[in-house]
Amino acid sequence: MSINILMPALSPTMKEGTLARWLKAEGDTIAAGDVIAEIETDKATMEVEAVDEGILGRILIAGGTHGIAVNTPIAILVAEGESVPEAAAAPVAPVAAPTPSAPAAPMPAAAPAAMPVAKGTRVFASPLARRIAGQKGIDLASLKGSGPNGRIVRRDVEQAATAPAPKAAAPAALVEEAGFESIPHSTMRKVIARRLTESKSTVPHFYVEMDVELDALLALRSQMNAASPDEGPGAYKISVNDMLIKAAAVTLRRVPQVNVSFTEEAMRVYEDVDISVAVSIPDGLITPIVRKADTKSLRQISLETRDLVARARAGKLKPEEFQGGTFSISNMGMYGVKAFSAILNPPQAAILAIAAGERRPVVKGNEITIATVMTVTLSVDHRVVDGALAAQWVSAFRKVVENPMSLVV
Amino acid sequence: MSTTQFDVIVIGGGPGGYVAAIRAAQLKLKVAVVEASALGGICLNWGCIPTKALLRASEINHLLHNLGEFGFAADNVRFDFDKVVKRSRAVSAQLSAGVAHLLKKHKVTVISGFGKLAGTAGANRKVSVSVDGKETTVLTAPNVIVATGARARVLPGLEPDGRLVWSYREAMVPKAMPRSLLVIGSGAIGVEFASFYRNMGAEVTIVEVAERILPVEDAEISAFARKALEKQGMKILTGAKLGRISKGDNSVTVEVTAGGKTTPITVERVISAVGIVGNVENIGLEGTSIKVDRTHITVDPYCRTGEKGVFAIGDIAAPPWLAHKASHEGVMVAELIAGREVHPISPMNIPGCTYCRPQVASVGLTEEKAKAAGYKIRVGRFPFIGNGKAIAMGEPEGMVKTIFDDATGELLGAHMVGAEVTEMIQGYVIARTGELTDGELKETVFPHPTISETMHEAVLAAYDGALHI
Repeated sequence: MSINILMPALSPTMKEGTLARWLKAEGDTIAAGDVIAEIETDKATMEVEAVDEGILGRILIAGGTHGIAVNTPIAILVAEGESVPEAAAAPVAPVAAPTPSAPAAPMPAAAPAAMPVAKGTRVFASPLARRIAGQKGIDLASLKGSGPNGRIVRRDVEQAATAPAPKAAAPAALVEEAGFESIPHSTMRKVIARRLTESKSTVPHFYVEMDVELDALLALRSQMNAASPDEGPGAYKISVNDMLIKAAAVTLRRVPQVNVSFTEEAMRVYEDVDISVAVSIPDGLITPIVRKADTKSLRQISLETRDLVARARAGKLKPEEFQGGTFSISNMGMYGVKAFSAILNPPQAAILAIAAGERRPVVKGNEITIATVMTVTLSVDHRVVDGALAAQWVSAFRKVVENPMSLVV
Repeated sequence: MSTTQFDVIVIGGGPGGYVAAIRAAQLKLKVAVVEASALGGICLNWGCIPTKALLRASEINHLLHNLGEFGFAADNVRFDFDKVVKRSRAVSAQLSAGVAHLLKKHKVTVISGFGKLAGTAGANRKVSVSVDGKETTVLTAPNVIVATGARARVLPGLEPDGRLVWSYREAMVPKAMPRSLLVIGSGAIGVEFASFYRNMGAEVTIVEVAERILPVEDAEISAFARKALEKQGMKILTGAKLGRISKGDNSVTVEVTAGGKTTPITVERVISAVGIVGNVENIGLEGTSIKVDRTHITVDPYCRTGEKGVFAIGDIAAPPWLAHKASHEGVMVAELIAGREVHPISPMNIPGCTYCRPQVASVGLTEEKAKAAGYKIRVGRFPFIGNGKAIAMGEPEGMVKTIFDDATGELLGAHMVGAEVTEMIQGYVIARTGELTDGELKETVFPHPTISETMHEAVLAAYDGALHI
């Protein structure tokens, strides 16, 4: 009896992914637990483990194919000596190991034909175009329609299937277009585009900006780092960013009404303080999470952050390491940025944008002195965090940073 | 002549040209149509329309001779052939006047005369108009649509003589009903005339060089139609070659070789319907980069020719040579000129209709062509005998055949023969144009009782099975 290996759902929210590459070839013997393929999801590359044993009879979807819907058959596993069917049999229970929980229920027979599309972005496509796209594993949302009113028709799907770099179909080129090269979106780029568009266009953003003096925090950092052993397992080097993660976490404990998210029915107040840290990576950005940051020591935060960032840049984060989080920090201080406003990371209600610390003249009493100052900007979801509350939070954050002993006690 | 400068000049006022002109005028372009003969072209004056008037008369004649089935009796049923022909001419005249009115309403300038391309003047193209060989005016416009149409192909020895050998023109306005007729060619034109004259009472023989009649249609449909026509008393010779032709006073004898046998066939009149040739002569194509391939202008999918600003549509351009294709191209080119985004027409989505009795209509690929194209196909068939309305109407002779791509559910082709199928084929054309699959067609609710239910059944038959057979 042949078994279909299905595109696994690597996280509960995953709708589609890229089959990055096959690690086994047709004809290879597979043991349960063998890593057979790599799947690129929204934000990371994951390994797919075989659950059953047998021989990889047929690879249905080639490595490098984008936009494969969850539960689409990607290969057929057969028993020793068994003949290999041409195509995937009727749907069976998912076989490839879905790493996190929630193995998706078997889909009805017709379901794989339709490609899921992002909620709220209706894709206009002909039934035939939909069916062919489903068969070829092409994401309709990534196509430009050349039919009436921009409807995606069969030729668009077929062009996308044959052309490695699909150019926008431009019939009747009466107007000369400027030369360009079309670079297909990566899965991550699509997710960034979708999530940020959704956030900025549906969430009422509100911004509160404040200058925060850093001298005390920098002094404490020097002292702490000086106390680290020179090398060995106990060595540490705490960064300003590590301290600001902790500062944000401490502030969230003090003003917990910001550690929330909006849902249609209710405001969700989080019990834990999980800080998402925006990390830029070659193809986009990702937000690994320092969980329960308020309860962790600076050294712990420092080690954890370093590990998360390194694995994020290698594309090796597990979904639970970057999905979730209750509050985000985006630090562009290293680029010398004066100030900026960040877009909320839904469903979180707040994100803190941190600019460069720089030596500026400040007025103390009746005197002008020099201090290291950074401008922070808190973006909040006004549906759940009002202006006064946001101001209260930023003010509390300044107090924590300017009196940094609370980070170590 | 007040002005000679236009945005678009259309040469030819047939179903391609006049429709292009109206559409261009709707899009605020200044348009002139140059027509050498009558507005509406062959279609309206000597083709589609007057033949439908004639065929309607022959259908009535057929019904009048088969009244018993419906419980009627009539004695002394007869017709005035002259009046039948006059009605057909009146229909054409009415519609040609209608086209003139439509063009006037849209402020299109109509110029009588023979138009030809006459070089350029700056960014403009010149079109010379002449009457009886004398130039009467020169028009200029940046865009010219060549829509000069086509005419009957003439076989050597079968030149229309206005007496014994007819082309469609003479066959449309006969002075008297011929008692016997030989129709050479079994395309839509030949079969329609054969059907008309047979149903009016003439002895009709069709000869076709191909192995079957209506050679572009699906083989099964073509065989069905042949059987139905033969049942009506028509003689049909396929795989036939013409030999010696000898004309008498009121008769023609043609030697026909078919099935290894040569037989002389003597008839009163011969209709030559062996295809068409494009009207490419004397329209100024010489010395331009416009390419002509076997009397038709070579065009791209947007009807553009090798000359910038010169378009060719309809019968003068690529096949299929059908009026509705010409009109559609006219609209497309007008919109293209006006800067709109347009979609080329897929030949796969252009239906073809033949108005013989029983009618034949189709769209897309035949079974043979679908297989040759490498598709793994599913075929559905449904006969009219399984349809309530067809039986109630006394039209149980017919069938519908659908061809689906097994892999995608695409409707590759649909083929129909029987009463009213020319009115129904558009349902499948919409399915093709809208890229519907078997799924949508199965889920479509067809009204009961209609003959169109056979279309639904033919879809079901290609999959899980028809319900009423």
